[in-house]
Amino acid sequence: MKAAVIVFPGSNRERDLAAALRRATGQEPLFLWHGEAEIPELDLIALPGGFAYGDYLRCGAMAAHSPIMREVRARAAAGVPILGVCNGFQVLTEAGILPGALLPNSSLAFECHDVHLRVENSQTIFTCGYAAGEVIRVPVAHHDGNYTADPEVLDRLEDKGLVAFRYCEESGELSAAANFNGSARSIAGIFNDSRNVLGLMPHPENATDPLLGGTDGRAFFEGLVGALQ
Amino acid sequence: MTGATTENLAAEHGLSRDEFARACAILGRPPNLVELGVFSAMWSEHCSYKSSKIWLKTLPTTGPHVICGPGENAGVVDIGDGEAVVFKIESHNHPSFIEPYQGAATGVGGILRDVFTMGARPVALLDSLRFGSPDHPKTRHLLSGVVAGIGGYGNCVGVPTVGGECGFDPAYNGNILVNAMCVGLARADHIFYSRASGPGNAVVYVGAKTGRDGIHGATMASAEFGGDAGEKRPTVQVGDPFTEKLLLEACLELMAGEAIVAIQDMGAAGLTSSAVEMAGKGGLGIELDLDRVPAREAGMTAYEIMLSESQERMLLILQPGGEAEARRVFAKWQLDFAVIGRVTDTGRLVLRKDGAIEADIPIAPLVGEAPVYDRPYETRACQPEIDAASLPARPPLDCLSRLLGSADLSSKRWIWEQYDHLVRGNTVKRPGGDAAVIRVSPSGKALALATDCTPRYCRADPRQGGMQAVAESWRNLTAVGAQPLAVTDNLNFGNPERPRIMGELVGAVAGMREACLALDYPVVSGNVSLYNETMGEAILPTPVVGGVGLMADAACAVDLALKRDGDALILIGETKGHLGASIYLREIEAREDGEPPPVDLAAERRNGDFVRGEILAGQVAACHDLSDGGLLVALAEMAMAGMRGARLEPAPEGLPPHAFFFGEDQARYLIETAAPDALLAAAGAAGVPARRIGKVEGAALTLFGRNAISVSALKATNEAWLADYMAQG
Repeated sequence: MKAAVIVFPGSNRERDLAAALRRATGQEPLFLWHGEAEIPELDLIALPGGFAYGDYLRCGAMAAHSPIMREVRARAAAGVPILGVCNGFQVLTEAGILPGALLPNSSLAFECHDVHLRVENSQTIFTCGYAAGEVIRVPVAHHDGNYTADPEVLDRLEDKGLVAFRYCEESGELSAAANFNGSARSIAGIFNDSRNVLGLMPHPENATDPLLGGTDGRAFFEGLVGALQ
Repeated sequence: MTGATTENLAAEHGLSRDEFARACAILGRPPNLVELGVFSAMWSEHCSYKSSKIWLKTLPTTGPHVICGPGENAGVVDIGDGEAVVFKIESHNHPSFIEPYQGAATGVGGILRDVFTMGARPVALLDSLRFGSPDHPKTRHLLSGVVAGIGGYGNCVGVPTVGGECGFDPAYNGNILVNAMCVGLARADHIFYSRASGPGNAVVYVGAKTGRDGIHGATMASAEFGGDAGEKRPTVQVGDPFTEKLLLEACLELMAGEAIVAIQDMGAAGLTSSAVEMAGKGGLGIELDLDRVPAREAGMTAYEIMLSESQERMLLILQPGGEAEARRVFAKWQLDFAVIGRVTDTGRLVLRKDGAIEADIPIAPLVGEAPVYDRPYETRACQPEIDAASLPARPPLDCLSRLLGSADLSSKRWIWEQYDHLVRGNTVKRPGGDAAVIRVSPSGKALALATDCTPRYCRADPRQGGMQAVAESWRNLTAVGAQPLAVTDNLNFGNPERPRIMGELVGAVAGMREACLALDYPVVSGNVSLYNETMGEAILPTPVVGGVGLMADAACAVDLALKRDGDALILIGETKGHLGASIYLREIEAREDGEPPPVDLAAERRNGDFVRGEILAGQVAACHDLSDGGLLVALAEMAMAGMRGARLEPAPEGLPPHAFFFGEDQARYLIETAAPDALLAAAGAAGVPARRIGKVEGAALTLFGRNAISVSALKATNEAWLADYMAQG
């Protein structure tokens, strides 16, 4: 399986994502510099966390116009699996590949801690390692993760099963406290219409090693790699 | 050249009459304005260490693993397998008081550059923060801005902030402390230094453009504040973490090759100190054409260019033929790159602008004849001992709740959750414990990191306080199972021209020296921040110690969380119930007198070596060092971390309960173990005081079977204080 991680100037979790992919595939993923306009055939393209271009404009707004994003948009349309984590999710929304936007957290502060997520749809390449309704624990680390979209868009996401994960209590229940960043309908991650693109704010790649406080993210990568092989 | 300057103008630059006379003697004439700027920056307290130098020289700085001690951008210690850890702590106290967000952010930026300048990839940040009284009208604003600034910079660059400390005292009302520590990894045979060589080699400027920000920051950091601190805002720099991230990646990419002869970041005193230090270390000269310096705005004078403290800039000296490769790398990262001068064999700093010579100074005397002062100092009178039996008896669990809900002992989660402490995917032990642990290689090798100081001890007895800061750092690393390697220190004090303050510095350094020697824990880098006073009010003496320890296998690291019902709790070390200068005395009895707990370095070493051995032998389920608040606070912290209760056996005869529970005797640890008999036998054989004091049980802390408090109630109290305090803003 051929996976690549895109590196924008200011990306900073590309190694974390690569380590999780390496663990699941046994192979070294490619790193692709954002300035490259042509990219090889790939089975998976991942956009990592970080602060592309410092996020000095809106988060992801500059990176969405990087040369490589034309190719990412084309591959997404052609059905190539695209994964955007944290800043990668922000880039995908700014590029119009996923609907909605990520506003500053309702606390107006950067927040780094573990959260519980409920798997809303396990019938996709990204989530097939989990059971529907399963609750997993993974970290978040972001300042702008408050997902928002028009009510019609939110309704459509829910109706079509395009909500991937929601913030929840350990029991799986939704609550205002668990929805720490204020996201609309507790949404932590969404798919595009054809479910070959996933954007999510939490970091499953930082929950793949028992030494580092949790392994609930492993099934994410193992399921994804299994589905693509 | 511009005209000669006068003694009065020199005084405005912070140079004394004698210092000005010395500058005139070196030049054989009075300096012009640009030269005066160079002298004043290089001879500022911040750059020259003129008040502390003779005392810093007494600290032990060598050891079998030390590759590079103080004097370079950061210290370097061998960690085996061809790898080295590179680290340093630095203060940004004055700027952070004036403009907390940018002051703290640029403090992080500066310490990151100090580490990657040496060829190391930064892998962790820590902080050590001191604020004024929570009741002071500025405290909330300062705390909020400093934490956002540290997070804003470190999070963006992508270096996890994994640990630190934060305390409050009215002595910091007008002068907060913001110390930041950075830890990096490098190949032991590929460390980069700042020593210039090779006359004719190109001097290259890379990074951000030079602007008018931060001019005279080093001079500001070398004077006390009057009532007009806000007017100094223009001397605070503005940070750009995105450019720093690019600079970091570009420098490390270029360092993988052979193009660089020497490299130095432009920190305090900007281009002046970097150029002078590089040439000075090489015994060479340097010529700069200031018209070639990338400038943010037109019309900047030589004086402004030389003294700007614009951030995210580096000075490099390249090998002949290295220019094309360097230019390519910096172009890729879209950073400014300019050849601005040459190394010379004249031994002089020569600055040209618009075709004219703006400065011409012999470098050897500028560096070598910088003033050094043996300032008068007075030592502190001994304080009377506190007789614990004379203090009133109080319900211990009520006292515990009050302590856990106090500013100093409250959970600092509100702070560290604003720091990305997980990026890079190597954080084995997260913030909130004795020391953070980060994995540094796939083999599982790990570093333990902590920052420590107990300023109230230092005020009561600077020597014991200095010793204790080192001992507590060593203990915190030991408590996770690491072998302490070396320290970096940040000496924060008031005005050294006052003998009382100078006595604090001299005493603290003497105590640190004793502890570093006894614990084989050398000082490999550091920073001195003096003149931490506002309107004549000095801070508490605060010699912060940043410790680094090594573990062969991160999987052996333990934390403080209680793990299993039924496990025994073993107290290691001798309990005498010392309450002088304790948190209990301050928070419960509203008294701040008494001698601090004496530090017995032989006991520290013996007890610590024993605890570390038991951890590595797999006998320890949880471990916590005893410090602020003593035994009961330590037990409560272990209980809250694991959300499990504990039952304690009766207090020993001969000690009042408050002395047993809250005394701050040093060299102690609390251990959870499933094999208490073996552990006690081993302790006995090693001559280590150890006793079984209870067991892990249920969901409450129970004392002598009579009094109990639920762990969740304690946790609620402990978590509430800081979050509630900040929410009131």
